[in-house]
Amino acid sequence: MAAPTAGLAGGAAGWVRALIGRLKTGDAAAHTAAAMFAAIIPVATVLLVTELWNRSALARHKFGFSFFTGQVWDPIAGQFGALPFIYGTVITSLVALLIAVPLGLGAAIFLAEMAPPRISDALTFVIELLAAVPSVIFGLLGIFVLVPFMREVAQPFLMKTLGYLPLFSGPNYGVGVLTASVVLAIMLLPFIVSISREALLAVPRDQREAALAVGSTRWEAVSKVVVPYARLGIISSVFLALARALGETMAVTMVIGNNPKISASLLAPGYSIASVIANEFTEATDDLHLSALIELGLVLFLLTIVFNGLARLMVLATTRRGTAHP
Amino acid sequence: MRTSLLALCLIALVASASGQTMLNGAGATFPYPIYSKWFDEFHKLHPDVQINYQAIGSGGGIRQLEAGTVDFGASDQPMNDEQLKKQKTAVLHFPTVAGAVVPTYNVTGVARDLNFTPEALAGIFLGQVKNWNAPEIAKANPGVKLPSAEIVVVHRSDGSGTTFIWTDFLSKTSPEWKSAVGSGTSVNWPAGLGAKGNEGVAGLVKQTPNSLGYVELIYAIQNDMAYGRVRNAAGKFIKADLSSVTAAAAAAKVPDDFRVSITNAEGKDAYPIASFTWLLIPDKIDDAKKKEAIVEMLKWALGPGQKMTAALHYAALPSNVVSKELKAISKIQ
Repeated sequence: MAAPTAGLAGGAAGWVRALIGRLKTGDAAAHTAAAMFAAIIPVATVLLVTELWNRSALARHKFGFSFFTGQVWDPIAGQFGALPFIYGTVITSLVALLIAVPLGLGAAIFLAEMAPPRISDALTFVIELLAAVPSVIFGLLGIFVLVPFMREVAQPFLMKTLGYLPLFSGPNYGVGVLTASVVLAIMLLPFIVSISREALLAVPRDQREAALAVGSTRWEAVSKVVVPYARLGIISSVFLALARALGETMAVTMVIGNNPKISASLLAPGYSIASVIANEFTEATDDLHLSALIELGLVLFLLTIVFNGLARLMVLATTRRGTAHP
Repeated sequence: MRTSLLALCLIALVASASGQTMLNGAGATFPYPIYSKWFDEFHKLHPDVQINYQAIGSGGGIRQLEAGTVDFGASDQPMNDEQLKKQKTAVLHFPTVAGAVVPTYNVTGVARDLNFTPEALAGIFLGQVKNWNAPEIAKANPGVKLPSAEIVVVHRSDGSGTTFIWTDFLSKTSPEWKSAVGSGTSVNWPAGLGAKGNEGVAGLVKQTPNSLGYVELIYAIQNDMAYGRVRNAAGKFIKADLSSVTAAAAAAKVPDDFRVSITNAEGKDAYPIASFTWLLIPDKIDDAKKKEAIVEMLKWALGPGQKMTAALHYAALPSNVVSKELKAISKIQ
């Protein structure tokens, strides 16, 4: 038993040594290795999709396209429609971006253009720490701090001042779509701030100097020259944040109210795709229920593809328009 | 040199493993604390038997048992006929302990325990009884000044045996609930907010004025939460505690396969929202050592094991159920 093992080990060691030798001398081996690592990404994606596709067969055959339009999610009756979850996922992500992008971009501009370098570095470190906080912590903060604040202060104020809009017509539970969006926005900030800041810092110095030389104020130089120059980096930070928001599970489920209804009001409870999968997967004893949950995973994958496609188009459109870009 | 060392290590590992019987189980999270206590104590008495239990949820337990990756499963809900048919061998149900689900609430200005009729609970969770001072609630609570505020209903969002017990009780007592919603680990809730886990429901109820939710009795006891009495089939309002849950288990008519719901049990001291939790054991176990270990473990859990339940706030099984189970153990081949 020992001899062949030793032989095998020796053979493998020899092979590895040969490979290392070739790597040191030739590019061919390096190319192959790099290509193999790169191939893992598409292979993993294809495997993921085929697995989701196969395992969701039961639900796909039973509901067909009506899975996307159905509004009832009833595991007892075996009736599954994904629309409330799709709606909840998209609306929380978009509202979160609406809050996080102006804040994050403003913070990035301050950090890159105005703050003294030492303060900028220190603040950036703190902001990047935010990205490392587990989402369940954000969820807990949401439940214990944000939810009471939304219920006692923010939502009554919104209902009093903007209550005539269906968007802010109540009810006032504290948990709901708006609260989930605010928690998400806080979680997205570090992505937007730190990537946008890097993009702004990468803008060549002469761009700023040229703008100042032709008589623009400092703010004009930032808003008309530096930010447009860095827009590709800024856009990609926004879409990275969006991808994070679409898939966020724990923090959202803790504050969204988990009610699969589509409501015109942002204050009403909702539900997201990732949340319902996390909630119901472990106890889904019925095959159709499990299959429908897996199909939801497929839908979430589709959503991210659609949003990433949009991001590509936007990048293309902005680069084609010309002017300065890196 | 290095190879021979490795071989030695491997031999040592195999030798130590072969003297031991390893049992793997998976399933319900509700009985996890008592099961891990039991299996730990059992290992102390039988050092050659190691039982490994993973609390992955009842659904997962049933699936793993079907796939043959575990030696036994565990569930908070008896398997239905369809699930039993899919298993390769017949599966036996053994109740191990009993638990209960209690209504918990946060009503402004109300400090004492509230009484709930099954009709009131069904009406509230259907979204028909909307306010705290509705006659359905007020009639059962004479002398309590209930506010007119709207009831904020809180339910579990995650699939859970707790939800199954709660909806099973509502289905038994309200025909309307049965036809509109039904019972299961996840249901299509007509009203309310969903929160994850007992802690999520408890947190939301504690924070939201005029809310009503449901949590496991154990969770309520451990966290010193106020919870209400529920009217049982005999017409008495009963507060859940370990003895009223055991009373419910004793009053229920238990069939030979032990697949029984004990909600709304007949006895006059029975708490109506109670349930067994089950170990799922295949009736044919090929490995003689494993079979012996499982049988020993079951006998021990139903005997000395039952005395450890109270410390962890589980309700012990009544003696009539225990003796019936001890007879049924012989069905394991």
